[in-house]
Amino acid sequence: MKQTVLTVKENRALAKSVYIMTLGGDTGANKPGQFVEIKLDGLYLRRPISVCDCENGYLTIIYKVVGSGTEQMTGLKEGDRLDVLTCLGNGYDLAAAGDRPLLIGGGVGVPPMYLLAKELIKQGKEVSVILGFNTRDEVFFEDEFASLGCSVTVTTADGSYGVRGFVTDALPDNASYFYACGPKPMLRALSERTDIPGEFSLEERMGCGFGACMGCSVMTKSGAKRVCKDGPVFKKEELIW
Amino acid sequence: MVNTKVSLLGITLDNPVIPASGTFGYGYEFAELYDINALGTFSFKGTTREPRFGNPTPRIAECTAGMINAVGLQNPGVEKVISEELPKLRKVFHKPVMANVSGFSVEDYACTAALLDKEEQVGWIEINVSCPNVHGGGMSFGTEPKAAAEVTTAVKKVTTKPIILKLSPNVTDITAIAKACEDAGADGISLINTLLGMRIDLKTRKPVIANTMGGFSGPAVFPVALRMVYQTARAVKIPVIGMGGVTSAEDVLEMMMAGAKAVEVGAANLIDPFASKKIVENLPRAMEKYGIKDLNEL
Repeated sequence: MKQTVLTVKENRALAKSVYIMTLGGDTGANKPGQFVEIKLDGLYLRRPISVCDCENGYLTIIYKVVGSGTEQMTGLKEGDRLDVLTCLGNGYDLAAAGDRPLLIGGGVGVPPMYLLAKELIKQGKEVSVILGFNTRDEVFFEDEFASLGCSVTVTTADGSYGVRGFVTDALPDNASYFYACGPKPMLRALSERTDIPGEFSLEERMGCGFGACMGCSVMTKSGAKRVCKDGPVFKKEELIW
Repeated sequence: MVNTKVSLLGITLDNPVIPASGTFGYGYEFAELYDINALGTFSFKGTTREPRFGNPTPRIAECTAGMINAVGLQNPGVEKVISEELPKLRKVFHKPVMANVSGFSVEDYACTAALLDKEEQVGWIEINVSCPNVHGGGMSFGTEPKAAAEVTTAVKKVTTKPIILKLSPNVTDITAIAKACEDAGADGISLINTLLGMRIDLKTRKPVIANTMGGFSGPAVFPVALRMVYQTARAVKIPVIGMGGVTSAEDVLEMMMAGAKAVEVGAANLIDPFASKKIVENLPRAMEKYGIKDLNEL
């Protein structure tokens, strides 16, 4: 973990209710699957957001407007300075990927898959990505993943774009390992429908974000774990659904 | 040079700043960030006789100038605290630590306190009779003078170290509870634990917290806490530790002016992991600013 002050470089709408923000400064070396916590004026708790990309002093996050914190974030302008805790959580286990890793993101579960895909491609892996959304207006980052060299499948629940249905309707049968981040029903369905090993990134309402308050605990097969510190990434076999 | 040293029940603290139970784990998370020996001491995570997972999530809610938590005393149980947590704590913290104990019956409190009393590093035992997040648990002991006194008597009987009763603000007259604890043999009083509160999500029309209600803390509660510390310090002869919304060195001084001998820092640690360290560092400057040479003159 690192406490730092970052400057907003860019903050713009990316899809329906979804924004992309780039922050510059001493970001720390965030690993795929880690998250940051942003202090916002007038709000007490920091807001946890997953890291989409992190390189050369730039940190990119993608967030969906769901409440007062993310609503306020949409108003941040270039040059605004933010108190941020970075490099939080355990991150994905890249060593487990095998030759043909499958990355599955649902909605704002998509962003952390980007840095993961980038790192796995660097390692010479054959990376497939499934991006799941509700509808066409919400789709983002299809081209960005393709530019990295991933094979990309987009699903929409209403069939307005890509494959009709959920991410589970587009699962390939030759993946070596999977990494998934998204809403709980999606993760549960993946846990039931996949027979390859993999790992899930969980989301919980957090107090501190660094393991002190026990606000975000989840019961696992190996006992109580803190999503913020012991997670957010957990192996498939560890989780109880 | 100013003197930040204070004495708390026979043990000298380098400064009166004490991270509060439930906001500092067993210390080692924070020791990765800074040398926690800079602190006066800290009160470790509330420990019970049996392991507890605590309440369902969400356990946390945002509030204006504060937060609600309903963790529900998640801890590995006293045996594992002694065998696993305290050895890790010992490696990073070399001062007497405050053990925080919770229970669901008088016997629970006595049993857990007796076990922790034997631990060499434990300097004080803080008895939490005020957790708002456990059904039929802590708070019922802290809202009845007679029940608080019973816990005090039972713990005092099986311990050798100073015991500090941590009180709930969710009562009509906190001084009556404090006096009952003092009469039953408490060595000190700490207050306030969190205020019972709740939030409703406008979209779902349901409580934000899975457990419906939780404990409200943060800077918003500071004036309430200060008032209760003031009242309690005048009602009892034993030392009072003040806490509730403390965020700065100035807040520490204000608490001590209200009658606190030492000051716990809670929610602030969760928002800024360096909060307690910063308060310790800023304390001499704040003392100089207000012409305080020695905290013991307050």
